[in-house]
Amino acid sequence: MQSADAIGGNVYDKPKMNYLTNGSTLKSWLLTKDHKRIALMYLISVSAFFMMGGLYAAAIRLELLTPNSDLMESGTYNKAFTQHGVLMIFFFLIPSIPAVLGNFLLPIMIGAKDLALPRINLLSLYFYWIGGGLALFALMQGGVDTGWTFYTPYSTTFSNTFVMAVGLGIFINGFSSILTGLNFIVTVHTMRAPGMTWFRLPLFVWAQYATSLVMILGTPVIAITILLLAIERVAHVGIFDPAIGGDPILFQHLFWFYSHPAVYIMILPGMGVISELISNFSRKKIFGYEFIAFSSIAIAVFGFLVWGHHMFVSGQSIYAGLVFSFLTMVVAVPSAIKMFNWTATLYKGSVSFDTPMLYAIGFMGLFLIGGLTGLFLGSIGLTVHLTDTYFVVAHFHYVMVGGQVIAYLGGIHYWWPKMTGKMYSEFWGKISAMLVFIGFNLTFFPQFILGYQGMPRRYASYPAELQVLNIFSTAGASVLGVGLVMPVVYMVHSLFYGKPAGDNPWMLPGLEWRTASPPPTENFEKMPVVTWEAYEFGEENGLDLEEAKRRDLAVVS
Amino acid sequence: MADRHPEHEHMEHDHMNIPKYLGIFMILVVGTILTYFAATVDLDFIFPGANTLLALLIAFTKMAFVMLFFMHVYWSPKLIWLSAIASFFWLAIMFAYTMQDYFTRGSGVFTG
Ligand code: HEM
Ligand SMILES: [Cu+2]
Repeated sequence: MQSADAIGGNVYDKPKMNYLTNGSTLKSWLLTKDHKRIALMYLISVSAFFMMGGLYAAAIRLELLTPNSDLMESGTYNKAFTQHGVLMIFFFLIPSIPAVLGNFLLPIMIGAKDLALPRINLLSLYFYWIGGGLALFALMQGGVDTGWTFYTPYSTTFSNTFVMAVGLGIFINGFSSILTGLNFIVTVHTMRAPGMTWFRLPLFVWAQYATSLVMILGTPVIAITILLLAIERVAHVGIFDPAIGGDPILFQHLFWFYSHPAVYIMILPGMGVISELISNFSRKKIFGYEFIAFSSIAIAVFGFLVWGHHMFVSGQSIYAGLVFSFLTMVVAVPSAIKMFNWTATLYKGSVSFDTPMLYAIGFMGLFLIGGLTGLFLGSIGLTVHLTDTYFVVAHFHYVMVGGQVIAYLGGIHYWWPKMTGKMYSEFWGKISAMLVFIGFNLTFFPQFILGYQGMPRRYASYPAELQVLNIFSTAGASVLGVGLVMPVVYMVHSLFYGKPAGDNPWMLPGLEWRTASPPPTENFEKMPVVTWEAYEFGEENGLDLEEAKRRDLAVVS
Repeated sequence: MADRHPEHEHMEHDHMNIPKYLGIFMILVVGTILTYFAATVDLDFIFPGANTLLALLIAFTKMAFVMLFFMHVYWSPKLIWLSAIASFFWLAIMFAYTMQDYFTRGSGVFTG
């Protein structure tokens, strides 16, 4: 912040106050309406849930080191994987990119002062805290053992755990998701700066918009499903229990009507981050902007038509299975479109391999494997062999960890200088990105083979001949764990000892790089007017590169 | 936000007044009573499940009144209409694809 004096206040006036220094009391945080502060509180909360979920993962991998169930008995193991799934999916993955990066960046990227409904934004954070707190409380009371999917009759007739308390936590948390989605949609429609037309929006914003559509169209259904579960349990109305006139498969329909689209809540934002990273670190306009934008919308819409691919062997009609299998093949097309466009963007770009870009390239490889194995699972014949095996576990970790978590980490590294004004250690950043990539593959690739060989998921014990691959997997998990903890250390370190990042450390044309780091509370000193296309690197469209370089040099030295 | 469209706010208030609200409320009450009596008659002679269909029809009608008038969709911009209709369309998707399972369950050459 001394930079202003360094090059003379007349050249460049740093704002006196940024969003971090504007108020330091607890109240100024807890009652803030600033989307950036809310995003930071989300960042801390979401990371805490990620760590807790990670502890359960460690317990699971330790148990699976040996063929017998020796570390935990089966009942405990059931709780371990259920709680791992619940924490990771509902309280980490779903809010991760939208609530942290989306919250922080969406208004800045469209040149707005804040989200359209700042109080609603704060309310969504409180819903998240209340829902998460309730779920944690239930876990401490004794937890759940139904699997994150809460299938009936585990969650009804034969339930002996705290299903309703966790269910209520997820129910409340759902409103947080709905409110975030609503807020983003209203904001994109009403708050764009002059000149920021729809087709000048960064692709990250398009992805957030598509995600928001899924959030508001899908989340009410999971809320109602939980409500129906409660009604059956409390009032004994026959909804899912055949003994009183219900159908257990109905639960799966309702659950997956939300939860398949929810997997797109968990990947679309990641795809948005990757579009930013690939284009910006290739210093090249993204190939096929409109295709990427519309494929996000297509994924959001068609993602609602394929849920039955989770039910091929559960007693669903074979005809329904045929339809869902076909539609599953169709929904992979828009994802493939993105992959091709990213690859074409890299071609002849001037690619630089900074930490965020390492994550982006990792994403492309891992999501490719994750998406393609999804097609295996979507083919109605092969799936009979693979359902409920470790093949499925490997598939969804490739898309959820290899996709969303990697994209999230890439995004956090990319925008960290903007969020905090500090630069992390590039050296440690690269090391950890590579550790994550290696550890991840070592953990989950063997699980494809294990699954194909017939190792079922959700058991604490397995046949002795499968031990070698399981040892690989557990070893890989340790590497992955180290790779994931490292950023916590060097990022926190950078807060205190990091070099000042300057406003535009990567020399990029996007709107977020044209304001101070960290940005002032109202994001821009004066309302920006957008006169350039997205990712337009030609003469850096109105961004005076020489000037920006000089400024940043002055800041760093 | 409210102060951004002052005229708009006024317009909405002019569309409805207490008597009109009460009128809509009466329609909803009549619907509820109708649902009760419809449930006491066995309509299965028309086709199995006709009772459920009738109950749903009444419920949908009531819901339409709530959305259009209580929630002011009737006087809202096209975008709001689009959102409202889209959510019905999504509900229809859920019903349609779920029912495709139930209608074909255990039929044909496959008895699974
Ligand atoms: C290319 C697109 C994809 C296709 C074709 C696909 C297909 C499938 C299929 C058919 C299954 C059911 C496997 C079984 O139980 O037999 C499945 C499971 C799963 N997929 Fe995907 N998938 C795709 C992308 C994704 C993405 C992007 C995510 C999340 C980010 C995801 C997350 C999951 C999860 C969590 C499960 C397991 C659910 C459970 O039973 O616990 N998938 N996928
Ligand atoms: Cu799915």
